[in-house]
Amino acid sequence: MDPLMPPPIRRIALDAEPTVATPREAPHVNGNGGASPGVAARPVRPPAATVRDRMLVEGVWLAYGESWVVRDVSLPVRQGEVLALIGASGSGKTTLLRSLNRLTEITAGAARAGRIALDGVDIHELEVNALRRRVSMVFQQPNPFPMSIYDNVAYSLAEQSPERGKRRRRRSPELSAAVEDALRRAGLWDEVSGDLDRSALRLSGGQQQRLCIARALAAEPEVLLLDEPCSALDPISTATIEELVIGLRESVAVVIVTHNLQQAFRVADHVAFMHLGELVEYGPSEQVFDRPREQRTRDYVSGAFG
Amino acid sequence: MAGVAASPAPPTAVVRPPRERISSWPLADRAFYALCWISGLALCAIALWIVLYMLVKGIAYLKPSLLTKSPVSGSIEQTSNGGFLDPIEGTLLVTAVGTLIAAPLGVAIATWLTEYARPSWLARAVDSAIEMLAGVPSIVLALFGLIFFSQGFLGFLSQPAASGSLGQSFLDAGAVMSLIALPLVLAATREGLEALPPRMREASFALGKTRATTSRYVLLPAIKPSIAAGVVLGMGRIVGDTAIITILLGGSAQLTEPVGHTPVFGLLRGTGSTLTSYVYYNSPAGEGNAHEKAYAAAFVLLLMVLALNALVTRITSDRPGLAGRAFEILRFGTARA
Repeated sequence: MDPLMPPPIRRIALDAEPTVATPREAPHVNGNGGASPGVAARPVRPPAATVRDRMLVEGVWLAYGESWVVRDVSLPVRQGEVLALIGASGSGKTTLLRSLNRLTEITAGAARAGRIALDGVDIHELEVNALRRRVSMVFQQPNPFPMSIYDNVAYSLAEQSPERGKRRRRRSPELSAAVEDALRRAGLWDEVSGDLDRSALRLSGGQQQRLCIARALAAEPEVLLLDEPCSALDPISTATIEELVIGLRESVAVVIVTHNLQQAFRVADHVAFMHLGELVEYGPSEQVFDRPREQRTRDYVSGAFG
Repeated sequence: MAGVAASPAPPTAVVRPPRERISSWPLADRAFYALCWISGLALCAIALWIVLYMLVKGIAYLKPSLLTKSPVSGSIEQTSNGGFLDPIEGTLLVTAVGTLIAAPLGVAIATWLTEYARPSWLARAVDSAIEMLAGVPSIVLALFGLIFFSQGFLGFLSQPAASGSLGQSFLDAGAVMSLIALPLVLAATREGLEALPPRMREASFALGKTRATTSRYVLLPAIKPSIAAGVVLGMGRIVGDTAIITILLGGSAQLTEPVGHTPVFGLLRGTGSTLTSYVYYNSPAGEGNAHEKAYAAAFVLLLMVLALNALVTRITSDRPGLAGRAFEILRFGTARA
């Protein structure tokens, strides 16, 4: 590596800490270590009680039109773990993420090869809406629907019940309980419980994003896809959402795309580094950040490019 | 941040650049500027003139009794006592029938065109058909409607006639009227849907919602103001159309006696008149020979159209208008700020 390059993100910790098991500090980038409130140190957390494969990506190629944006990617998505996809812009992370619930299909000209399985079943054999209820997604820009907070969450719950003819806006106690539960899981309940009829568009950006997470969680998905969920948010909201994501990994498999290496470091159990459509490196986040096998990974996590 | 010093006082000497002088513009710009002024003023003057003229004439001749009395029946002459209660009712009836057909149809077609557009050849064909429909003169639509509804099997829509079907009734007129309102509803709905950010659809698809659910519960509610504006514009067209009324509603000044036993349907199968046909009939060009009443009726018609236009402006502005507030009260029990 070029000696003039800034020190790698993990160099200090690497020197001080030979074993992987030791609790670590946040990556040293700002010069203030883990001291600032938005950049809290990674909590020492035990591994989830059960870790099992939910989705398997095998030899997947994805294209828009003629250009392949994802090339031969294989990796598992596990429940009980947070998987972070990192990489520079144009590396295909978001496309890969969107292919996991077939959202790539709504773009004209999308093509694919390879196999993606959810619990052993090829997702292209599942009914697409049933798949998306099981594999839900939160986007980069908070995108609550222009309706009340309550209705945003209730909308996601509707159609889960077998009786479809039922009027969905009716606020049955069961529906209200489910809405409250989803808002609590997303850590938003205490802030909005007083006025659930307020328009969701009047919430702050961070609250809107948590509402979107609540909306995604309300449908009880098995896999939650997060596409740079914090890139439009301030550090405080980001910290709230990161805590939330870590808390969720017990009940759902979480995949998060992020440009923010510190965020990947804080929340992820496994990290996949992509570059120009290829999966360069996949492994436990300690390994990817501390002892990357590939030179390109080392350059990226040390800030040499990207 | 605690303990920060008081923010500094704003500067007292503020320099504002002087507004650009028109005299500094090149001649071509100044000439064009003058043209804009003149045409703008002329347009305002013409609009004001029409409204004021009708206002003065209308108010001079408008009497409350005109609004509450039926026209004289059985006589061509309308100068004797009699008002235009029936034409007002007729206008409301035709507008209601036309809107009730055009609004749901227009919204449905617009949703299909923007959200599904499959099969694509049919979508393209419908697109052209709508464009063509919007350009057809209403008198042509009316003539076609008369021939179409005169067919025997459509006779149930109008009162029975010796030749099988009269082809003239509120239902027949309203149905053809819906064709002139349809393009407006459709265009407004379509523009509204196309202006929605794509991420709104993605958000709903990502939750496993179908296109139908997304359209019905997310997209269409989000563009309620656009739809309402389109519907009201369509109503304006219907209220103001004369050709279709003259041909498809017949000339009877009064509403005909309901036939059959179904209360509303009986009335709708009958013929009658509207404000437009009443104004035409009583104008100096018509046979009614009651110019004063024509002016008064035209004034009422103008008020109706202006009220509809005001409603559109109100709906499309951000502030919730009366309708929006009424909706909130119905929905939440109270109007909110």
